[in-house]
Amino acid sequence: MLNCKNVTRLYSESQERQLTLQERMSLKMHVMMCSGCRNFGKQMVTLRQAARAYAKGADERADKKDK
Amino acid sequence: MNKAITVASGVGSAESENTSLLSDTEFLESLRRQMHKFATLQLSDSHLAEDAVQEALIGALKNAKSFAGRAALKTWVFAILKNKIADTLRQKQRMAEASNLMHDEEEEEDFSELFDKKGFWQADERPATWGNPEGAMHEGDFWRVFQACLENLPGHQARVFMMREFIELDSDEICAAVGITVSNLNVMLHRSRIRLRECLENQWFAKGERPC
Repeated sequence: MLNCKNVTRLYSESQERQLTLQERMSLKMHVMMCSGCRNFGKQMVTLRQAARAYAKGADERADKKDK
Repeated sequence: MNKAITVASGVGSAESENTSLLSDTEFLESLRRQMHKFATLQLSDSHLAEDAVQEALIGALKNAKSFAGRAALKTWVFAILKNKIADTLRQKQRMAEASNLMHDEEEEEDFSELFDKKGFWQADERPATWGNPEGAMHEGDFWRVFQACLENLPGHQARVFMMREFIELDSDEICAAVGITVSNLNVMLHRSRIRLRECLENQWFAKGERPC
């Protein structure tokens, strides 16, 4: 069975490539029981959204809104 | 890029597409922003970054005829920018100013603080639920935390993370540009994401949402 460290590695790689069926199954089994890794998986998606928004100037737009 | 050029010369409508690429100000502006963010964090200097980006864009646009589309142009601009940044860093180094730019000594690390011997989360390091990440992205203070977290990453990790997520290059392009294997890259991206995640959680999400 996968440990949390392996699961975080797979979640990171899922941002680069399609995981294999076996990898996806093992992930699913693990996160059913592990809320930490479940949160980690969601946060990887957020991290990408945030990085891309930042690169396109979301921080400058947020500052304009504050003023 | 070679592929893109071959495609361009083989397609009859390439000429008209190139013209529209140059007049696509929205695309060019967003490209400029992405490149500027990358260069600023690499050079720790917004003005030097602006110069490097301008030069790279002008250099690439001079040759815009050779490009089949947005992706090819972006790859090309980034290749030029990378060289400009390297030049600027070398000049800085000669002036003995670059000592604080690299965090290479931290590159070798293990995650024993995060995971126990069996590879499971240490109790106090387990990722928590993030309240409202979409809301955070509308707050200037969140982005200041985000930038500080990025600046805390070891140099190599920050570079590949930004190439992947700011410039949106794919794995093969990054590996070719940096001279590493895909598995090196995956390890570096994994580490950078673990660190960024932890930093954002500690510095923002665990502190509770701020009032609007």
